[in-house]
Amino acid sequence: MRRSPLLWISSLAVYAFLYIPLLVVVIFSFNDSKLNAEWVGFTFDWYRVLVNDQMMIAAAVNSLIIATVAALLATVLGTMAGIAMHRYRPRFLPFMTLTPLAMPEILLGVSLLIFFITVFGEEALSLLTVIIAHTTFCIGFVAIIVRARLTGMDESIFEAARDLGATPWQSFRLITLPLIMPAVIAGALMSFTLSIDDFVITFFTAGAGVPTLPLTIYTMIKIAVTPEVNALSSLMMLLTLALIVIASRIAPGFIENQRHHGEEYET
Amino acid sequence: MALLEVKGVSRRFDDFTAVNHVDFSVTTGEFFTLLGPSGCGKTTLLRMIAGFDQPDSGSILLDGIDLKDTPPEKRPIHTVFQSYALFPHMTVEQNIAFPLRMARQPEEEIRKKIRETLDLVALRDRAKRYPHELSGGQKQRVALARGLVNRPRLLLLDEPLGALDAKLREQMQIELIALQRDIGVTFVFVTHAQEEALALSHRIAVMNHGRIEQLDEPDRIYGSPKNRFVADFIGNVNMHDATVEALDDTLTLALGKLGPIKAPRHKNQEVQIGMSGAFIIRPEQVSIRAADEPSPDPNQFVGTVNDFLYTGDVTTYIVDLPDGERLEALLPNSAPGRAKFFELGDPVRVSWKAEAGAFLDT
Repeated sequence: MRRSPLLWISSLAVYAFLYIPLLVVVIFSFNDSKLNAEWVGFTFDWYRVLVNDQMMIAAAVNSLIIATVAALLATVLGTMAGIAMHRYRPRFLPFMTLTPLAMPEILLGVSLLIFFITVFGEEALSLLTVIIAHTTFCIGFVAIIVRARLTGMDESIFEAARDLGATPWQSFRLITLPLIMPAVIAGALMSFTLSIDDFVITFFTAGAGVPTLPLTIYTMIKIAVTPEVNALSSLMMLLTLALIVIASRIAPGFIENQRHHGEEYET
Repeated sequence: MALLEVKGVSRRFDDFTAVNHVDFSVTTGEFFTLLGPSGCGKTTLLRMIAGFDQPDSGSILLDGIDLKDTPPEKRPIHTVFQSYALFPHMTVEQNIAFPLRMARQPEEEIRKKIRETLDLVALRDRAKRYPHELSGGQKQRVALARGLVNRPRLLLLDEPLGALDAKLREQMQIELIALQRDIGVTFVFVTHAQEEALALSHRIAVMNHGRIEQLDEPDRIYGSPKNRFVADFIGNVNMHDATVEALDDTLTLALGKLGPIKAPRHKNQEVQIGMSGAFIIRPEQVSIRAADEPSPDPNQFVGTVNDFLYTGDVTTYIVDLPDGERLEALLPNSAPGRAKFFELGDPVRVSWKAEAGAFLDT
């Protein structure tokens, strides 16, 4: 098939627009200058500054704790919600789970802030409140992915498990969970990445004592954009990229399973 | 004693009655079939026996014990699903081992039973394969093996041959009968394919609109249908409105505008003169010959060939009778090379014996 050159040019332009700024950030993280203006020379200094920056390390630890715990909680709750939505077709559960995805983040942040302060008091804002807030908006993503995985699966597989002597728990552990595992892992990775780079909701629910990486970057930018920020951004990019690679390692299996699953019906 | 007893079972979904006061029992070792068109309630009934659904009223007993409070996993009843429902992430071997593992049988025992069962369904060389690597017929056999490996008291089969092509279907039917006979497990089979039901079953319950229309052996279902629905659903039949004109030990009927004809009178049949109903006769009971050839049969009419259907082994003639009645007659193609004996528009004589056919008042 002949491809139009216009198609080539426009898609190249889109990718350039997306990736050149990212590339610039990474390149300038190795720039031997305090300014992000012109290339002076190659150095690892900004990474050295970064790992020796106690404030930055504390923020990174916070971010990792929040992302890990929130991803775990959201994965468990979201998987349950996804299965429930698929199996029982409840009328209101989808609304309640998916609304946080659609709602403007600022709205969610403000309402969570007001909620935490009125119920628990001002000093309640902590790591825990951020974790709760992040879990809230990640549940929906996990639920959607898990439900999508279950959609079109032959329901009688789960009945067959019960029929052949499995208790409801055995049926979940031995049949349902292995079959939805790719979706569960994808949901967990997605939750982790959403949590680790969240700014708006974190800003409202973190209070003063819990700086995360995005909050710290914001604070640094307010003073001046030094290549230290570039270095930090590059590392976060690397982490996200690694997660994407892991997810796509799982994805081929996921796609293959789907295909096999489809065949079940063809016969 | 009956193995399975279904007593007055009803099931409603909103304002739709899926199963309406159904009674039957199945004895040990029997091949019992629930036959009916889609939506007749046969699958709902099967799901209640398996334990996936509960009757609104009535009870289901196994070995005399009410199953009401027994969840599916505690019932010694296994199901072969229409979609086979093989676990896609497990090999053939692991699929078959599943019910044994759930029953916590010793590993050595499990290995032995898997070997035996794989041999039984001739799938030994497929033990390590995954379901998606199998053909339709092989999946079917794995599903059967998985249902049978732990020797349930009862095996439910929900249209298990529905997804197979005609040739494979016939082969699986033969395997199914042999398997059931060899291992002696009681089968409750659900199907909408009447030929399959006739070929496989010891007894058939013909269902319609949630009720059992007739429960009988296959030859009785085909040969002596109780009512118009059964007559029409099972096989091909000529069905004509008929009125009783006279009765002694046989019936004299006016067949639509034609008449009179002689029909057999059944022992338990309550008939009065003037009663209207239907006269039914199977096409293979109707003889067909050239119009100028005499027939010894008491019932005979001369008509013309309207159409014919050549299906290899037989030719079905559709014959137009005087006054707009129409009759199907079967002629076996025993002489090689002569696919048809009569042409469109040929005058023919159709006839049948006094003891053929039946008068149905319902």
